[in-house]
Amino acid sequence: MAKPAKSGTVAAKSSAAKSGSTATRRRAAPAKKAEPAFAEAGDDNFALRSLQEAHGNEKRYKASDEELLEFYEQMLLIRRFEERAGQLYGLGLIGGFCHLYIGQEAVAVGLQSALDSTKDSVITGYRDHGHMLAYGIDPKVIMAELTGRHSGISRGKGGSMHMFSVDHRFYGGHGIVGAQVSLGAGLAFAHKYREDGGVALAYFGDGAANQGQVYESFNMASLWKLPIIFVIENNGYAMGTAVKRGSAETEFYRRGTAFRIPGMDVNGMDVLEVRQAAEIALDYVRQGNGPVLMELNTYRYRGHSMSDPAKYRTREEVQEVREKSDPIEGAKKELLARGISEDKLKDIDKRIRAAVSESADFAENSPEPDASELYTDVLVERY
Amino acid sequence: MAIELKMPALSPTMEEGKLAKWLVKEGDTVQSGDILAEIETDKATMEFEAVDEGTVGKIVVAEGTDGVKVGTVIALIEGEGEASPAPAASKSEEKPAAEPKAEAKPAEAEAPKKAETGTAQLASEAKPAANPEVPRGTNMKIATVREALRDAMAEEMRRDDRVFVMGEEVAEYQGAYKVTQGLLEEFGPKRVIDTPITEYGFAGIGTGAAMGGLRPVVEFMTFNFAMQAIDHIINSAAKTNYMSGGQMRCPVVFRGPNGAAARVGAQHSQNYGPWYASVPGLVVIAPYDASDAKGLLKAAIRSEDPVVFLENELVYGRSFELPELDDHVLPIGKARTVREGKDVTIVSYSIGVGLALEAAEQLAGEGIDVEVIDLRTLRPLDTDAILTSLKKTNRLVVAEEGFPVCSIASEVIAVCMEKGFDDLDAPVLRVCNEDVPLPYAANLEKAALIDVPKIVAAVKQVTYR
Repeated sequence: MAKPAKSGTVAAKSSAAKSGSTATRRRAAPAKKAEPAFAEAGDDNFALRSLQEAHGNEKRYKASDEELLEFYEQMLLIRRFEERAGQLYGLGLIGGFCHLYIGQEAVAVGLQSALDSTKDSVITGYRDHGHMLAYGIDPKVIMAELTGRHSGISRGKGGSMHMFSVDHRFYGGHGIVGAQVSLGAGLAFAHKYREDGGVALAYFGDGAANQGQVYESFNMASLWKLPIIFVIENNGYAMGTAVKRGSAETEFYRRGTAFRIPGMDVNGMDVLEVRQAAEIALDYVRQGNGPVLMELNTYRYRGHSMSDPAKYRTREEVQEVREKSDPIEGAKKELLARGISEDKLKDIDKRIRAAVSESADFAENSPEPDASELYTDVLVERY
Repeated sequence: MAIELKMPALSPTMEEGKLAKWLVKEGDTVQSGDILAEIETDKATMEFEAVDEGTVGKIVVAEGTDGVKVGTVIALIEGEGEASPAPAASKSEEKPAAEPKAEAKPAEAEAPKKAETGTAQLASEAKPAANPEVPRGTNMKIATVREALRDAMAEEMRRDDRVFVMGEEVAEYQGAYKVTQGLLEEFGPKRVIDTPITEYGFAGIGTGAAMGGLRPVVEFMTFNFAMQAIDHIINSAAKTNYMSGGQMRCPVVFRGPNGAAARVGAQHSQNYGPWYASVPGLVVIAPYDASDAKGLLKAAIRSEDPVVFLENELVYGRSFELPELDDHVLPIGKARTVREGKDVTIVSYSIGVGLALEAAEQLAGEGIDVEVIDLRTLRPLDTDAILTSLKKTNRLVVAEEGFPVCSIASEVIAVCMEKGFDDLDAPVLRVCNEDVPLPYAANLEKAALIDVPKIVAAVKQVTYR
């Protein structure tokens, strides 16, 4: 049996093998070391790898204890929230599709912590609960949307895959794989058109990365220097299809090269690496250089959606990632090593459990939408 | 023997054009491939190229001449050592000496075998009755639908700086069908944006920009190409407001020509009206005359909802009265009675309206008084207007340039059955194109497309005449 792609990918990419290859590349251009020197497009191919080199030079964000605690708390909230959503699904309170974010928490938390919430915008696909929580949206209205209740963020009419918060500049929540990439380029277009200084962040998976419109969007985003970061969350599987079974080029961060978009290969299981990479990418994009493509190597512990045969990978593979690379355990270890007390972490855990329970109670006890809501919001205006 | 150069047809529908400029003068020698002249129509300008070599003997039509009919002799080319004969003396049977650079075939003036496009039967001289929505006494000018659409966009762009136009060839080329002519000059490249050939991608970018607060007008060179982008029109634009519980809007306009064009074959000839009109969350507009085109496009750009705005290439060049108002905005969702009558109603939209009016004129001569309703908006459908007219005439025919199955006609018939049954004195009939992909061969194209005689026959059938 061939070894499943991901265990190889995560282990290799986030540890020794990867840093080895980075080192090789760094040797090739020794002069450009410390500063993220953003080369002009004319400077042959340096611009395409300059961000990766900058990231290689300074891998981890120097978080204060408070910041790391905050990341830990946010990741834990996503984990506990998703676990509870899975339980509610099992009880029949949530229906249809429900794509859990468990295992990928560091990606949304690390990236979104670097955004300027007053002007940047975010868009993602159907695995969206985690991104919403990372953006500080109230867990109650998210959970109530999952249960299809009137107090849900989309008044119960969107469900798991279709949640939006224009107030938070969170533009969904899109169910058609890859659509959010073009839409995200449109958000970036709007930032540039209005000259508001905002950057759009468009998340998509390794599966979506094979959709044609992604490359149409890469082309226009680069041609027009749109302020956008394309974030590929490579969790190893497009539904049940391992990356290597579906992708000719499995190093997704290279896929912008044909469009002159610099790529970054990032360990998505370490929130501080994600945050540091985000800083580099944002800095580049805010300077008006056009898009960046980030590949975040991560892992999904649960099934693609709720009914997943789990035949396409081994239990051992999942267990290995859990034990060796879990982003929350990693952050916890680091906090303890920094001298944060176990009690303090337990308090956080308790607080999160309470908040998640509250959201579940709220979601179970809120009424369903009024029957009249069936006909509302089809069109905005009356004709 | 001198070779006659004849006015070429730049497109299958071109009947005349302007001889914009001569690039040679009498006495010049020309080689095969030399550019002889520039010829202009309302759609395009193109170069006219020599096929044979020789000397320019006589320029028959001076530059700057408008309305030169296709096939008219415009110059004579002499072979070596020939004297220049009078043009009248020449009875050339040779093929024309020059060919346009484009793919269009040069037409021969008296050529008996010239293939008539089937879309010739979609032409109409009949004009709609005055629109009561336009205040009485308003000054009217004559304008083409193309100009009306351009003016609508320009006015809305002046009014609201969130409005921008994007699409293939909308800027520097001035629009594949010249609908965006002059916009780049006035508004600059920030607001008039040439996209690569990438419909799915730019439809998504336009939709995303609307979600992000702008007012995009996304042009498809034709709606046939929007098939590559239909996911964003339907899944991203139409459904977002509902899925977000009214939180996130998507005020985008998708516009461009729709329906059959002349001799372009099956992949470039389809009416997508019924497709889009079946989707809740979209507004679908398909105007006929210049006044409606302008007033409804302005309304579409202002709408908070996503709008599919279906134009028609064959109608772009038609001239109509256009009200000279500062702000001519018409209501979306309202049909218009373009001819009043009492015996029978023809419901139509877009290019079908001209045919319905032609049929009505013919039938008036036979003592049948026809009312013609132009739906203008396909979604939301103005069922009240249909039923009110049905109540008055008790007989109804739907005329639609498009496939018959699951058509707007089907929908109108369903509405008449469900809500107008007691008013019906005859079954409602539909007159559409044949239920086949549009063929290229001229005779088959003619047979496939709707025409006036078919409408007349259906009206006679429902009036038992």
